[in-house]
Amino acid sequence: MKKESGGSALIRALADENVDLLFGYPGGAALHIYDAIYQQDKVQHILVRHEQAAVHAADGYARATGKVGTVLVTSGPGATNAITGIATAYMDSIPLVVISGQVASHLIGTDAFQETDMMGISRPIVKHSFLIQSPEEIPEVVKKAFIIAKTGKPGPVVIDVPKDMTDPNHLFDYQYPKDIKMRSYSAPSEEEESNVDEAVSLLEKAKKPVLYAGGGIIQGNASEELKKLAKIMNAPVTNTLMGLGAFPATHENFIGMLGMHGTYEANMAMHEADLIFALGSRFDDRTTNNPKKYSLNAKKIHLDCDYGSIEKIINVDVSLNGDAKKILNQILNKIDPKNIDKASIDLWNNEILSWRETHGLNHDLLDKKFHQKQILPQQVIQSLYKSTNGKAFITSDVGQHQMFAAQYYKFDEPRKWINSGGLGTMGFGLPSAMGVKFAFPDEDVVCVTGEGSIQMCIQELSTCMQYGLPVKIINLNNRALGMVKQWQDMQYGGRYSSILYEDSLPDFVKLAESYGHVGMKVEDISELEERMDECISMKDKLVFMDVYVDPDEHVYPMLEAGGNMSEMRVSKTKKTF
Amino acid sequence: MSHISILMENQPGALSRVVGLFSQRGYNIDSLSVAPTNDSSLSRLTMVVKEEESVISQILKQLNKVIDVVEVQNLSDIESVSLEIAIVKLKITEKEAKKIIESAFPVVGEIINHKDAFVMIKLIGSNHEVDDFLLSLNKQKFLEVTRSGLLGMGTGENFLISESETTIEY
Ligand SMILES: Cc1ncc(C[n+]2csc(CCOP(=O)(O)OP(=O)(O)O)c2C)c(N)n1
Ligand SMILES: [Mg+2]
Repeated sequence: MKKESGGSALIRALADENVDLLFGYPGGAALHIYDAIYQQDKVQHILVRHEQAAVHAADGYARATGKVGTVLVTSGPGATNAITGIATAYMDSIPLVVISGQVASHLIGTDAFQETDMMGISRPIVKHSFLIQSPEEIPEVVKKAFIIAKTGKPGPVVIDVPKDMTDPNHLFDYQYPKDIKMRSYSAPSEEEESNVDEAVSLLEKAKKPVLYAGGGIIQGNASEELKKLAKIMNAPVTNTLMGLGAFPATHENFIGMLGMHGTYEANMAMHEADLIFALGSRFDDRTTNNPKKYSLNAKKIHLDCDYGSIEKIINVDVSLNGDAKKILNQILNKIDPKNIDKASIDLWNNEILSWRETHGLNHDLLDKKFHQKQILPQQVIQSLYKSTNGKAFITSDVGQHQMFAAQYYKFDEPRKWINSGGLGTMGFGLPSAMGVKFAFPDEDVVCVTGEGSIQMCIQELSTCMQYGLPVKIINLNNRALGMVKQWQDMQYGGRYSSILYEDSLPDFVKLAESYGHVGMKVEDISELEERMDECISMKDKLVFMDVYVDPDEHVYPMLEAGGNMSEMRVSKTKKTF
Repeated sequence: MSHISILMENQPGALSRVVGLFSQRGYNIDSLSVAPTNDSSLSRLTMVVKEEESVISQILKQLNKVIDVVEVQNLSDIESVSLEIAIVKLKITEKEAKKIIESAFPVVGEIINHKDAFVMIKLIGSNHEVDDFLLSLNKQKFLEVTRSGLLGMGTGENFLISESETTIEY
């Protein structure tokens, strides 16, 4: 048995967890750990330029692979810089293990140099956290951290490591535990037969069903089961922002994303449905509009691995708590195709189709294209979809560009759409794209961003140069904090408070070039498709494509605040209520 | 009012995770008592919270998710007994103290200390009984009070004990 110090045990435990990449940034309290990293070659450390980016990169890696993302930061400012990333992962239930250095045990609580109470600061945004109290417990804590991060409803776990716990002179026998004992924690399971029976009977009776699938189907790897259920019922499926790709967007049963900026037909279907089956979605306020007016005529079934998410916002008729794949299989085993009301569901599908024909996504767009010389942001996404054959990993930042990407890039597979849905973190796009590119070096990885968001983590262009990461950055440059501007247009009489840069934007082409990347600027619609092809075809170059889009474009449809799911603005001049 | 009992790991940080669920939502905890059980690796926490049913049921679900929390029981939903212990210090003679104790019924009192001009009395009773009794002491010229918070336990087969540890392999 080789002896290890706390520092080397920590890294060896990561290797024993099959961690290949550790995203991080060094500093005093973490130096013993960094020395241990230097002396091994199983775990590769990726040096980012800001700790927030380390967490987003690990997060992107986790979302794309389904594995746990791993981060190492130092104490104090390193730890606080990581907080936004941790909160982002927490809101979207992403499995991460974040190791933070801490001042030596005897200094904790003395306001020592670079001391911060990481356990306290991170408490409301972690699934769990550990403060290492003896070097010998490090292997077991790492094992627990990984299990907690990835089982059940996944989430970030923090391990705070005082510097003395990693002392290279304190050696002990290292053994990585095979299993661990934990009171009170158990992974989710199958659901009771009786509840499954009730759900099946509601599904069989439904005349106007909607399958409303969220990120839980992606995390639970249950897309195949969802497809089978949709097929048996011929039922329409809508995905949440987090669930895009859980059900193929080009599938005939897909009715688009729902919610705040969901399609007209998806939101109408939610409003008119007689049965809503929520699968790994949590009735988030962006998808229900006013809960008091929410789909009043629908029976509701809620499948979620998190008991705490059930009946948090919307009361349901049947709750199914447990593993999505297992429970969907229980349903598939019981549902009898003969009992399904095929005729009514056919009528229902036709009704949805007619909604699509009146206010579907492309309806107004087609109209506008004729009058317009400026590039519409939607067209950029359509062009990107074409150039990548719909197969790229798309990460995004937060704003109008994010919604356009969600609406117009048709995701056919899970884990391809990577965005900060819950926290809505500007700055997420580029670092998360790096994490994805590390995991899938041969795939197209594209960050759709805005000139506001990209500047929140723009320093990572340097990391991309160091590691040769040929991600593509598509900047929908509308010269404004567009999403805020849209709200100011709609609700504040066009009073543009603090959303314009007054000619202070950098020359993104030169900026990219200064990091050794390729920069492109596109202003003319006639060039768009060709330049996009060119951009995507440069497989071993990072390309920053700065596309000047119409600054006045709004994202529609948009649910009317306080209304029900059928109350939408569908363009600047048209509304449904 | 809800009376909640929680069995949790006796670990630093465990209590703040539990309390954080309340403070984060802007809810006040009326009373809280916490101490290890016969098993020193476990703490038992009992609290009183005055919030609506729906709020409580949501918080109970969230409490169950806290990794350090082993079991949760809403004593208000089951048959349970509860009591509170208080210690009061008064500037009176022992003789006066005895009189006060006699008048305290149904609260049970006992003198536990007498030093300088002060007498300490231990009181046991239900939450309301202790409340009422303390109110009657308000006219005393000196009064110091500490209360345990409402303790409680389910009756009969309503147990709140730890299941054996689950071994997780993967
Ligand atoms: C870190 C952070 N700060 C503020 C916001 C609020 N916010 C949401 S969208 C947005 C504007 C984003 O601008 P840009 O990246 O240019 O995207 P656009 O909407 O113009 O496409 C802002 C400021 C946020 N989501 N995240
Ligand atoms: Mg913008």
